[in-house]
This record gives sequence, structure tokens and C-alpha cells, in this order.
Amino acid sequence: MTPLLQVDGLTVVPRAAPERCLVSDVSFTLQPGKTTCVVGESGSGKSLTALAVMGLLSRQLQRTQGSIRFQGQELTTLDAEAMRRIRGRSIGMIFQEPMTSLNPVLTIGHQIGEPLSVHLGLRGRALQARVAGLLQQVGIPPERANSYPDELSGGQRQRVMIAMSIACEPAMLIADEPTTALDVTVQAQILRLLDELKTRMNMGMLFITHDFGVVADIADDVVVMFRGEVVEYGSVDQVLNRPQHPYTKALLACVPDADGKKPLLPIDYAWLEQQPATTAASPQHSMSEPA
Amino acid sequence: MMTSPILTARNLVKTYTQRSGKFGLGSHSFRALDEVSISLSAGSTLAVVGESGSGKSTLARCLLQLLPLDSGEVLFEGRNLATLSSAALRQERRNLQMVFQDPFASLNPRMKIGEIVAEGLLIHGMGNADERRERVLQMLKRVGLQEADMQKYPHQFSGGQRQRIGIARALVLQPKVVVCDEPVSALDVSIQAQILLLLKDLQQEMALSYVFISHDLRVVRHIADEVVVMHQGKVVEQGAVEAIYAAPQHAYTQNLLNSIPGRRAAAA
Repeated sequence: MTPLLQVDGLTVVPRAAPERCLVSDVSFTLQPGKTTCVVGESGSGKSLTALAVMGLLSRQLQRTQGSIRFQGQELTTLDAEAMRRIRGRSIGMIFQEPMTSLNPVLTIGHQIGEPLSVHLGLRGRALQARVAGLLQQVGIPPERANSYPDELSGGQRQRVMIAMSIACEPAMLIADEPTTALDVTVQAQILRLLDELKTRMNMGMLFITHDFGVVADIADDVVVMFRGEVVEYGSVDQVLNRPQHPYTKALLACVPDADGKKPLLPIDYAWLEQQPATTAASPQHSMSEPA
Repeated sequence: MMTSPILTARNLVKTYTQRSGKFGLGSHSFRALDEVSISLSAGSTLAVVGESGSGKSTLARCLLQLLPLDSGEVLFEGRNLATLSSAALRQERRNLQMVFQDPFASLNPRMKIGEIVAEGLLIHGMGNADERRERVLQMLKRVGLQEADMQKYPHQFSGGQRQRIGIARALVLQPKVVVCDEPVSALDVSIQAQILLLLKDLQQEMALSYVFISHDLRVVRHIADEVVVMHQGKVVEQGAVEAIYAAPQHAYTQNLLNSIPGRRAAAA
């Protein structure tokens, strides 16, 4: 099976300081209908990796190496126009802040309809019907289509973002910390919704998070990043239950567990520096077999 | 192990009024705190958990008399804080300190770290300049900073270090009660673990009592002795942390605990 997404040797540097790698030689794959989580602390390069895949790196940054193949097609050689046609059509995106990602002066119905008219050319009644259907799918009453973003709660706004991102039934969804700003009960609802949509639409999901609890809930495969590099890559069971790399072990040890049984161990970075580089960066990947 | 309460709140009520309707001519009020009663045992940690809008941060501010109450009373070592004169209240404030959530917003960017931590000592007229300097230095060292840091400004520090400065500022006065409002929620998980352990150590050393406001149930499980669960301004459940996590009685608490990410996978 050709993977939905294959990232190979991705390297991102600031244009002003090309010797400083922000993302260094990152490789992983994503299969249709599966979720790959990229997990790490702030500054680990996890969000930059997602932005690079979408071709949305800021002008100050540059991808110097690596290939990004989506459905067999190399994305890095596409021009801006071709990339724009893929984004929103075949690759959906959701971000952390549902308020700043929505336009406050347009109704949510209008905003959900936008990708449908831009990419699929839908108009009038057909468009309205699709918008209503999408709202229903994400659990918002369709009559709310005429509401403005400020009339919705944070969780509802994130549902609107999800409706927008799946409007064109993309093959892949990239979600960058989509539940970080939400309350825990709302987070649980949104994670369930995403998981459900992923299965129903056989969508591949690239999910960026810092929260190992979220990883445990939704991931099939996990990529652990530290200072721009992939330090560990494997199935969720392998990474969470049998971590190989000292950083993964250390990071897991400072996550408080819900039962309070595990002592907290902060990361000793000085100790970590002295650890021999392990082989974990070369993905010894136990493929999650298609069910 | 638990001793008498050091801080007690009885039937706290706090109402906010919001403008509403056309041109904001109407108004409606809602109760951010609705008959809230809590009790903090000396030397222990009482966690207040709830989601946004539950009233937990309002409770933190009302406990310290940073916001006026509509009704109810807050007793610190048996004295009703609301009836104290402003001078007497200022005296008590030495014993009642706060650590804030956002270490970026809660430190004055124009002051050096040495000045920020010394300010409370100055206000309370504690010691002469040399003694103050010495106490500030000892406190900063205790939270993991160095002498040279006294001359630096907040922007020169990372989020975790700033939270250490915020803790030093609160603890240099040797308070008895510290209200921590989401002290680790802005931090990376590895930094969060450091700060939680630091807070626990300092509690032991300085015999502190904490009110720990948090939305993170995993953090609360680690730091708290007792838990108060708030929902829409009301306390829906309270008790020992083990008991509540093992057998939540109220439906809202059950929903909250079931929503902790990673639980589904752990149970499977």
C-alpha cells in the first residue's frame, strides 16, 4: 500500500542562519485511515514539521532538504498555485486557536461554504445543503449557520473549524494542537469527533500535540521530536509502553498520571546530553497492519 | 495528620453584572460564586478544579480579598478578613500570598528580579537593605536561580524560570497560605514537573498551606490532599483526593474524570 503521506529527510532552517537546523532530517509515514501523532515540547519543531508539509512555512524559514510525498505526488516541487489547490481540497487543516482562525465578520455558514465554492464550485441551494450537512456531522444544529463566531463557545468554534477542514472530504487532515485551548470535557468530545470522522471518511490524520494523554487516546503511530530531530518513531503501544530513547523515557516520566501512583521525575537535560545517541531515530517501524 | 483549618471560607457569594441587550441598555447578572464554602487544613494542599467559567479563579481572588465579596466570610486563623481595617488587612497579606498563572504577564518588565522579589519585604518594612538583599538572595537560590540573576530583567528568563521568580516573590515573605492560580498550566510538561516538585519541597520546608487552582486533573492528583470540584459557581463535590478520584459521587465529577486524556487507553 502506498502511504498517504511520506516525509523523508525533511530539514528546515532559518534563512538568516542556515547552519541552525530547526527541523533536522525528519522522516515518517502516514497511512489512510490512521493517525500519526507528532509529540514534543515547545521548540521541538513539531509545528514547523506540520507547516512544512502544508507548504506554509514563513518567509524567514526555508526547507533545505527532504521530500514530502502526498498520495505519491511530490509536494516540494509544486508551485504555489498547485499547492493552494491541494490545501483545503485534499489536505484539511485545523489549528489551536479557533477564535483567531475564524473571520469574525462572516457567518459560520459562509465560512464553511467557502472551501466548497472555491474548490468544488458549489453554489446556491446545493452549497447550503452541504453546509447544513457538515454542521450536522460536527454536532452543531444546522440552523446555526447564520451565527457569527463570537456567538459560539470555544468548543463549537473548533467544531466549525473541523467542518471547514473536512468540507471537501480531504484525504488527510493536519491538526496542530486542536484541543489545547479547550476544557477537558470539550476536548474529549472533539477528540471523539475527530476519531469518528477519520474512520468514517478513511482520512489520514497528522496530529500535533504536546499531551501524551491525547496521544494515548487517538494515535496509531507516534513520532517523538526533540530539538528538531525525531528521537523515536513507532506504534503508540511501542512508544508509550516500551520507549527506547532516553528522551522519550524522561519525557514520559514527567507526565503526571491520573492515578497519582507514578512519581514525577523532571528531565535532567545535562544527563540526557551525555547519553549515547541511540538508533531510535531510524524508524524501526512496526507497521500497524490494516484491519 | 490533618490539623485545624488555617483558612476557611463560608457561603461566599460573588455576582458579576454584565450589560446585555440592544446597545447594552439592559443588564443581567450571574453568580460566579454561589454559596461556596471551603476549608484549608494547615500544611496541606486544597485543589480547586473546574472548567472555564466555573468560578475557580474568582474564588482565588475572593479568598485573598483581591475582589470584594457580595456576602460570606473568609476566616484566616479565625480572623474575618472582610471586617479588618485596610491597614490590618495589609498586615495579614504578608501571610497570604499568590502565585499567578502567566509568568509573562505577572512580572513587571521594567523591574530587575532583585527588586521584584524584594518589593514585598520593602512594603512590609521587613529588615534593612542588607538584610532584605540577603533574604532575596537566599530565596532566589532556593528556587534554583543565581545571584547574578538579581540584576536581570524578566524578559531574560524562560517561562519556567519566570515561574520560579513568581514563587520566590510570594515566598520571600514567609507566608502561611499561598494561593496558586494555575501555576503550571502555561509550562511544558518537563518544566511543569520541576515546578510541581519545587512547590511540594517548599511546602514541607516552610510549612505552607496551598490553595491550588487548576483545570488539569492529572496535576491535581499529584499535588493535592483535598479537592473541591466547582461547576457554574457552585461546589459540586469535595473531599480527599483519593476518595474523589476513586469514587466520584457527582455526575459532573464523573464526566470530568472520564474526560482525562489517556484514561481510555489505560483502561483498554
